[in-house]
Amino acid sequence: MFEALKELGAHIEVKRPDCVLGWSVDHGELNVEVSPTRIVGLVDFLRSDATCKFSTLVDITAVDYPERPKRFDVVYHFLSMYQNQRVRLKMAVREEDMVPSIVSVHPSANWFEREVFDMYGILFSGHPDLRRILTDYGFRGHPLRKDFPTTGYTEVRYDEAEKRVVYEPVKLVQEYRQFDFMSPWEGADYILPGDDKTAPDSHASKEKG
Amino acid sequence: MDGSKTFDDALTGEQKIRNFNLNFGPQHPAAHGVLRLVLELDGEIVERCDPHIGLLHRGTEKLMESRTYLQNLPYFDRLDYVAPMNQEHAWCLAIEKLTGVEVPRRASLIRVLYSEIGRVLNHLLNVTTQAMDVGALTPPLWGFEEREKLMIFYERACGARLHAAYFRPGGVHQDLPDALLDDIEAWSHEFPKVLDDIDGLLTENRIFKQRNADIGVVTEDEILEWGFSGVMVRGSGLAWDLRRAQPYECYDEFDFKIPVGKNGDCYDRYLVRMEEMRQSVSIIRQAIAKLRETPGDILARGKITPPSRKDMKTSMESLIHHFKLYTEGFHVPAGEVYAAVEAPKGEFGVYLVADGTNKPYRAKLRAPGFLHLQAMDHVAKGHQLADVAAIIGTMDVVFGEIDR
Repeated sequence: MFEALKELGAHIEVKRPDCVLGWSVDHGELNVEVSPTRIVGLVDFLRSDATCKFSTLVDITAVDYPERPKRFDVVYHFLSMYQNQRVRLKMAVREEDMVPSIVSVHPSANWFEREVFDMYGILFSGHPDLRRILTDYGFRGHPLRKDFPTTGYTEVRYDEAEKRVVYEPVKLVQEYRQFDFMSPWEGADYILPGDDKTAPDSHASKEKG
Repeated sequence: MDGSKTFDDALTGEQKIRNFNLNFGPQHPAAHGVLRLVLELDGEIVERCDPHIGLLHRGTEKLMESRTYLQNLPYFDRLDYVAPMNQEHAWCLAIEKLTGVEVPRRASLIRVLYSEIGRVLNHLLNVTTQAMDVGALTPPLWGFEEREKLMIFYERACGARLHAAYFRPGGVHQDLPDALLDDIEAWSHEFPKVLDDIDGLLTENRIFKQRNADIGVVTEDEILEWGFSGVMVRGSGLAWDLRRAQPYECYDEFDFKIPVGKNGDCYDRYLVRMEEMRQSVSIIRQAIAKLRETPGDILARGKITPPSRKDMKTSMESLIHHFKLYTEGFHVPAGEVYAAVEAPKGEFGVYLVADGTNKPYRAKLRAPGFLHLQAMDHVAKGHQLADVAAIIGTMDVVFGEIDR
């Protein structure tokens, strides 16, 4: 299984050296790094080439790494029902980069690209209808970016007085709880919740009392 | 028709007719959930169909990024809530792939057993509500009675009828009592009769055939273009089933057939679903027979699973492990995997990016219904308005998984 995938990776690299930046086989899956400008040609090649025959688009998604200059990874999954194999294409893009849309090759990419645009704000050039898909009508921001708070910015409720649904800024009765399990139990360099009134010098007064 | 003043006299004036726009949903019984379709109609013929989804969007993927792997598991019950355990299965497989955990054989068999129960649950709902969408009321009443029995089997295994949280990374949560196995087997002998009854109601029913045959025809090219999976593929004659093509769990040792359709229309897909239920019942029986011969543990005891109750009461290390597991959770080595299962609706996949902490860095849920519904415009175009309900039914959409 691994050998077949390695052969396939080598095959793709040989046939399309201009598109492929690198490839690897991890956990029994073939990963191919692609340069963003060449994605359409490569996807078309993968679909039509007899050894690849990746005729089904399984998924398009993105991953956000805010600390990287090329912030996003756009990830494509393809499946070949004929050769019974899968491949994953990955490409790193900047926040302001436009990614060529592959709708012309795989019509099923339409909603996936809309979703990636909705969730990450990555623009796809040549997409026929790049609207938001999952979020509310008139939603602002891109929720799956790491700098978007899980609570969001607005909340909705039905207003009895106005007889309509109103949007308001989020008001939390309690702070949204993010447990940090990565720190050791002792020596955390931040003040624990509920411990914030305990200024360093008040320890002394406690001992006296 | 367009409200302008140019048209005064029906005999002499040029009559301007514009297409009629119709909002289908968001609250419509045939929309199978909160789906809003904006339909452009020319008379009764659908010219354009624009599905507006996301009305049930709960931000599952965002929420998953701030919870531990184990806390994320119950979210999967809430995706395709018709067959909850099949979704959990994909999540467990993804984690097991990254951590390299081997599932004990008994747990593996239990997973197969409950995945197939999930398949029957799903197809029962789909087939019977499909019948309701085209005008029959009795099949859902009969089918739901069987669903009720199956949900009791769910309850007896995990304590919940719907939101199971039963499959765990490394196995399943609890072992099955022998009495439950006996009861499931007894059910598997009675159920084919119910299937025959539904079969007798629908298969040769004139109205059902007229409403489904030659409706929503899908060809092989369309399958590839629109990324279909599951019954949408098999209904058109392609014998593609992940359980056979890329076997996961222990499906490779089960004897089952993959039914395929011929014409790729709604009627063939109905027939495929009926046959798949019979095959599932056969797998259920095989799994029970194997389970009786396979005693043993149901969790791969280790870092990602809790210690046994007995160990916890006697060993301090186990107690600490238990505490840490349910507070901090287990850590998954950095890496990325895609794990897919043949869910009743098609290929349900999880793309998991782990960064070595106790929370997933990114988890993308790939729902089969998302792609099926996307092709709605393509498939429904040229059909009559009344067929839209039949096509939505045959695509087997559930908004828990599409909107996530």
